[in-house]
Amino acid sequence: MEPPLAAAPPESGEGRNWGRYVAGAVFLAPALFVLGVWVVYPVVYTVLRSFFGQSGYLGTWVGLDNYKRLFTTSTLETAIKNNAIWVAVVPAFVTSIGLLFAVLLEKIRWKVAFKTVVFLPMAISAFATGVTWRIMYQQDPNLGAVNALTRSVKDVFNQPGVLSQAFPSTSGLQQASPGGAMVLQRPLATGSVALLGLTGIAPADVPKTAVQAVQPPSKPGTIVGTVWRDFKPGGGKVGVVEKGELGLPGVTVELRSAAGKTVQSTTSQPDGSFAFSGVSPGSYRAAIGAQTFAKPFAGYAWLGPKLITPALLIAYIWIWAGFSMVVVAAGLAAMPRDVLEAARTDGASEWQVFRRVTVPLLAPVLIVVLVTMVINVLKVFDLVIALAPESTQQNANVIALAMWRTAFGGVNDFGTGSAIAVFLFVLVIPVLMLNIRRFRTENK
Amino acid sequence: MTSVAAPAPAAAAEVPKVQESVAAKIMRWLAKAPVQILLIVIGLLWLVPTIGLFATSILPAQQLASKGWWQIFSKPSLATWSNYHALLHNHGMVNAFKTTAYIAVGNTLLVVVFGAMAGYAFAWLEFPGRDWIFIGVIGLLVVPLQMALIPMFRLYDTFSLYGTVWGIVLFHTAFGLPFAIFLLRNFFTGIPKDILESARIDGANEFLIFVKLILPLGLPAIASLAIFQFLWTWNDLIVSLTFGVQPITVWIFGQLREFGTSIDVIAPAAFISLLIPLAVFFAFQRYFVQGLLAGSVK
Repeated sequence: MEPPLAAAPPESGEGRNWGRYVAGAVFLAPALFVLGVWVVYPVVYTVLRSFFGQSGYLGTWVGLDNYKRLFTTSTLETAIKNNAIWVAVVPAFVTSIGLLFAVLLEKIRWKVAFKTVVFLPMAISAFATGVTWRIMYQQDPNLGAVNALTRSVKDVFNQPGVLSQAFPSTSGLQQASPGGAMVLQRPLATGSVALLGLTGIAPADVPKTAVQAVQPPSKPGTIVGTVWRDFKPGGGKVGVVEKGELGLPGVTVELRSAAGKTVQSTTSQPDGSFAFSGVSPGSYRAAIGAQTFAKPFAGYAWLGPKLITPALLIAYIWIWAGFSMVVVAAGLAAMPRDVLEAARTDGASEWQVFRRVTVPLLAPVLIVVLVTMVINVLKVFDLVIALAPESTQQNANVIALAMWRTAFGGVNDFGTGSAIAVFLFVLVIPVLMLNIRRFRTENK
Repeated sequence: MTSVAAPAPAAAAEVPKVQESVAAKIMRWLAKAPVQILLIVIGLLWLVPTIGLFATSILPAQQLASKGWWQIFSKPSLATWSNYHALLHNHGMVNAFKTTAYIAVGNTLLVVVFGAMAGYAFAWLEFPGRDWIFIGVIGLLVVPLQMALIPMFRLYDTFSLYGTVWGIVLFHTAFGLPFAIFLLRNFFTGIPKDILESARIDGANEFLIFVKLILPLGLPAIASLAIFQFLWTWNDLIVSLTFGVQPITVWIFGQLREFGTSIDVIAPAAFISLLIPLAVFFAFQRYFVQGLLAGSVK
């Protein structure tokens, strides 16, 4: 259907104008109708609704009560605090990572490949990202990649002990604290034999190199002994090295002076035996070093109440770094090359060029990225609901999620829900003003 | 004769240049090596989560109980399509996939058509209050969609739009339009005025000009917009969740409670949900980036 008046070729000025008006109205009508019903009306209604009670089309007038609740209910307070952390951390990180990547990119040939890889998460839904990272963040280092990576780094500096769990087989050997050193109570002189029997070791936990335990013969000037699994199928006699009992290799054994100072340290053989030679006369104690029982890395609880927000921030930065990189790279490409070259010819170092030339020239682009990220972060929802397990969603709460939970999560408190939405809206109003001002100055 | 003489000095000049560039190349590579290595590591780290999701999706659930997805690298024979096979025979999932497609395609069409019409009106038609109405549209750019959830929940109930694909499509259209109008109006104002004027003098009406001139000339901007809008609605969760429709995201959301035991369903479903956006992204990467730049830098 074509607007009949618009079709008229220019005759009189009046007729032509009217034609244009009608055409304008026809072209605008669908968009304005949808915007009016789905955006403008809801904004007015939600603002009004926020002053009324929980249910009903409007309900009962409650004044500012809903807004007071925003700052007095602990779940909402958590949401606001968390969102403040998001705003403080994410835009700055995303912008600087984007800037870093964009600048480094200039130095390589495979720009396109790198850009594609980093930009990829932008195409994936925040929801699918949540699912993805939930797999990454599993606590057991055997299951979650993040903790697996952490473990392999940690193990370089902090070897786990050879025995994850063990108990003394007799009361002669005592452990002061769980996971601490075990000290043989009997004082030892040179020529003594120290028997360090352990039990409570699962067969799978016995080191693979272990062989039949051997009690070494006593030797003058030397203190010898055995660390062994003082248990065999059927029980056996406690405190005695018997046939069928395995030595425990790799155990750290310390020789301590009467004052409790470690004078010598060694590790046990496959048959569990050890020896301290060249010991001067005196009274000593033998002990199994605490490092023997050092627990293997159990993984950080990324999805637990304490770390859930950092975990979310990392995943979110993973999504948006690509956006920032692409926008900054476009800004870099549009930058006058001769300015950079001039600075280099004048003897400026790469760092100086970056600090004094690149960054100031890029400032408008960087600000756009920052502002865009602030808006995005204020509205974050999908990632939180997908990544945070139900049990920690209270700890991970953000404004948009709190709004949804309040209005649609069972309680259906439309009054408070509206107030939270309005609060969110008020937070982005400065950006709204900025957009309008920019348009008006551009059009002058 | 000059044609013979000319190459000689060029060749002479080339010899030292080649020698230089071999040495220089090595030096340059050495100087850049740290950056290269750093970027390779970053690139790999960036890929890990997506690879992890895919590896998880092709492993049998019992394999994932005690070992992580990276076991696939030591035992590639464990890989199986059975998780996907099961999903394709799951009615809930198949319907959810269709729903997602309807929402994304319907919404993209509406936003592009309504947005282009309005963009044209704001760019090239004269009527009273044009700039004021446009400022109003810009004002709507940043309105959070949370502002509309409660009122629309009521309205949808009254007009039986609750639980319908149309309800979701129209909701997304409304929140996609301000950006669409903003982007297209800016692009359309860049079309040379004389093209339009001469068409008008030739007697073409506005509708004809819009269809025959504006739409073809505006294609690059329209393409970016369409891709953006498609991805945005394909990936939506909150709107469908609120208005009782079940696209893939909402369907997976329903399984999340049993994350550990349903991983063989969740991971492949999540991967399927991102296949289409990835395909669109790779096919139209250029437009995607352009749209992004238009939306943020301008």
